[in-house]
Amino acid sequence: MDLTSHEPTGEISERWDKHRFDMKLVNPANKRKYRVIMVGSGLAGGAGAATMAELGYDVECFCIQDTPRRAHSIAAQGGINAAKNYQNDGDSVYRLFYDTVKGGDFRARESNVYRLAQVSVNIIDQCVAQGVPFARDYGGYLTNRSFGGAQVSRTFYARGQTGQQLLLGAYGALSRQIKAGKVNMHTREEMLELVLVNGQARGIITRNLVTGKLSAWAADAVVLGTGGYGNVFYLSTNAMGSNVTAPFRAYRKGAGFANPCYTQIHPTCIPVSGDHQSKLTLMSESLRNDGRVWVPKTSGDTRRPRDIPETDRDYYLERRYPAFGNLVPRDVASRAAKHECDEGRGVGPGGRGVFLDFADSINRLGKDQVEQRYGNLFQMYERITDDDPYETPMRIYPAVHYTMGGLWVDYNLQSTIPGLHVVGEANFSDHGANRLGASALMQGLADGYFIIPYTIGNYFAHNATPALSTDAPEFKQAMQECENRQKKFLEINGKRTVDSFHRELGKTMWENCGMARNATGLKKGIEHIQGLRAEFWENVKVPGSGAELNSELEMAGRVADFLEFGEVMCRDALNREESCGGHFREEHQTTEGEALRDDENFCYGSVWEYKGYGETPALHKEELHFDYVKLATRSYK
Amino acid sequence: MKLNLHIWRQKSPNDAGKIVKYEANDISPDMSFLEMLDVLNEQLIEKGEAPIEYDHDCREGICGMCSMVINGVAHGPEKETTTCQLHMRKFKDGDTIYIEPFRAKAFPVVKDLVVDRSAFDRIIQAGGFISANTGNAPDANAIPVSKVIADQAFDAATCIGCGACVAACKNASAMLFVSAKINQFRDLPQGQPERYSRAKSMVEQMDAEGFGACGNQNECEAVCPKGIKVSNISNMIQDYTKSVLATDN
Repeated sequence: MDLTSHEPTGEISERWDKHRFDMKLVNPANKRKYRVIMVGSGLAGGAGAATMAELGYDVECFCIQDTPRRAHSIAAQGGINAAKNYQNDGDSVYRLFYDTVKGGDFRARESNVYRLAQVSVNIIDQCVAQGVPFARDYGGYLTNRSFGGAQVSRTFYARGQTGQQLLLGAYGALSRQIKAGKVNMHTREEMLELVLVNGQARGIITRNLVTGKLSAWAADAVVLGTGGYGNVFYLSTNAMGSNVTAPFRAYRKGAGFANPCYTQIHPTCIPVSGDHQSKLTLMSESLRNDGRVWVPKTSGDTRRPRDIPETDRDYYLERRYPAFGNLVPRDVASRAAKHECDEGRGVGPGGRGVFLDFADSINRLGKDQVEQRYGNLFQMYERITDDDPYETPMRIYPAVHYTMGGLWVDYNLQSTIPGLHVVGEANFSDHGANRLGASALMQGLADGYFIIPYTIGNYFAHNATPALSTDAPEFKQAMQECENRQKKFLEINGKRTVDSFHRELGKTMWENCGMARNATGLKKGIEHIQGLRAEFWENVKVPGSGAELNSELEMAGRVADFLEFGEVMCRDALNREESCGGHFREEHQTTEGEALRDDENFCYGSVWEYKGYGETPALHKEELHFDYVKLATRSYK
Repeated sequence: MKLNLHIWRQKSPNDAGKIVKYEANDISPDMSFLEMLDVLNEQLIEKGEAPIEYDHDCREGICGMCSMVINGVAHGPEKETTTCQLHMRKFKDGDTIYIEPFRAKAFPVVKDLVVDRSAFDRIIQAGGFISANTGNAPDANAIPVSKVIADQAFDAATCIGCGACVAACKNASAMLFVSAKINQFRDLPQGQPERYSRAKSMVEQMDAEGFGACGNQNECEAVCPKGIKVSNISNMIQDYTKSVLATDN
């Protein structure tokens, strides 16, 4: 497996400029002769499809929702980082780069991260030009806040719905290109297979989710912007439809899957309320700016939170991490919450929760100020829990939120399959082992607006893509495989629902490959998943037919892929005998319970190669080099 | 809790469709409305019956995908709340609940509670954006925008495009949606160059899709999960009228 990163050499601040000059261009008149398939229409996919169309490429864009505006990017609440230094507090491109490499626990590629920090400033400009209503001060200028793990205020935000506002910007740009005829938009159309011709990614097979019709699509290149795989855990903050199928199908066709075990567990989510729970709801991390996290000092303290005096409370983040306090990065905050609950000091049903308390802020700023900052989040919390956070502290607990792993890509965002590019959360590139708050929107838009539109041209200029029709045998065969698989789901007619398999898989993943992992648990997890997978193919019950809207059939396909993919995650976690970022191996921690990284043996990206159904995948390594940010132990004390 | 459910079942767009009665037992008040339907669906599948199809995705009240009329009200009884954020504690043990799709000529039923809202996409495609190619933008702070204007734009921009406004209106008017999308840009400096042409093309597309006219009864505002105000509609009509009367655009 060729893992050449193709990153430019030289001074890091000049690499992207140098690369842009070195890349070959496609003549403007020739661009319309190239067709690009974009799977996904969120921040990365939508922005990429729109921008490539603006440049002149013909784009076929696919999404599983009824409209591209519903992609799950929409749910991001907190904000988007950019090194604008508008607050004059010492921010710079270099500092954002430095923070991101360090925050990712030194498991990302320096050149990529630097480029991300560089283009972050262009993103804000672009979004404002599109009319995205970022928060402003009374002078009319953009305002910022500090956000999870950063000591400068570089986060731009739009109340608690930055994701929706940025997505509406990208959706507007996309809609404009649809109207102009440069993007053919296919809604409720799910990618089921990637088609390779002569080793190049040349098309996909999709299923229309309304009619059930399978279709083949040929193009000169394929881009995946299909988001993350957090739903392998069943319960996560992802949307119900979020899945791993598109990247997983590509993996089965030879694309390397990198760092699948890097999962971000977000510290501030509403705790699980019962077995019926279908998903978890995030409370924006921005709440940690004004909320203080605590638990009662003694376990089993059943007094109402307001009746517990200061002396009986443990503000454990402020105690353990005085420099960063409640603003420590997500992985650190999540593990600390788990630790308190494991020790029996958790609050609420089942003892799986900690308090996030706004009393001090309400006293200091007044209720109005707090309402202005967090009103919609408080409202959402009250709706779900029936508790009023103005009166009583919120209860929060960590939940699966984001996946740093994804298909391996080089500096051009190309996977190990020529012509297959991957953008946004679906790739593995920029966040290393832990993503900092407000960096997901930044990366999605960076890839979509400012990177893939350039690098796709370079691919075309260097690679011939001969004319191709969907009558080619490769398409016929892929169609047949999709049909057979679908038929199989419908014919099993067993006793268990798709959901019951998914729930069991999620429970195993959470227990064995969740916030803290160990070799025994991971091995147990792998064994369990193998058994569950075998049972799935014998005993799943999928009602209805393939020729209609059938959400059970859709889910069956996604869960079948999760059942294979979960094992790859466990294998990756088992291989990585160190603790870094979102990956915490219990065998590798300091006496104080902090993560213990092993740079000597694990300073690499793990890239897994598919070897066949039920076979152990092969591990390849991309060695990482840190020439600018010196390898150091993260300390937020 | 135990509930008597009356749910709209329709196999396909051309099927006549009918209300079917179901009983839901062991419903916890902490469940969301959609989780209650999940439980029912799982029971239906186990019994070999077809589960009820409904649209949903983020279950956080922001994607705008869920779309049901609950006891005659789009998104159900709780104010400024999408169906996915509605919880069963708002109902009582033994309640009878009617669940139907969003109904409008421009929102044909696809199956059961799923409707086709692609008309909204086509309205946006007609001009619901600011034309700014990637790379064109000046520095973000080069365009100061007064906080009042920015906040007004934001209030309109919170629309999640769910279509409850259409479902609530007896004329199936989409004016609340369209006017929110127009007002999102109307007063921003970036939105000025296309202000009137935008209003004109979006309103024309809205009419072409078969949405009705505003009847001034404000049911749309009453059901809007994001609290979009009907005052947006008067702004839209003002701009649309100007665009029709003006000769220079």
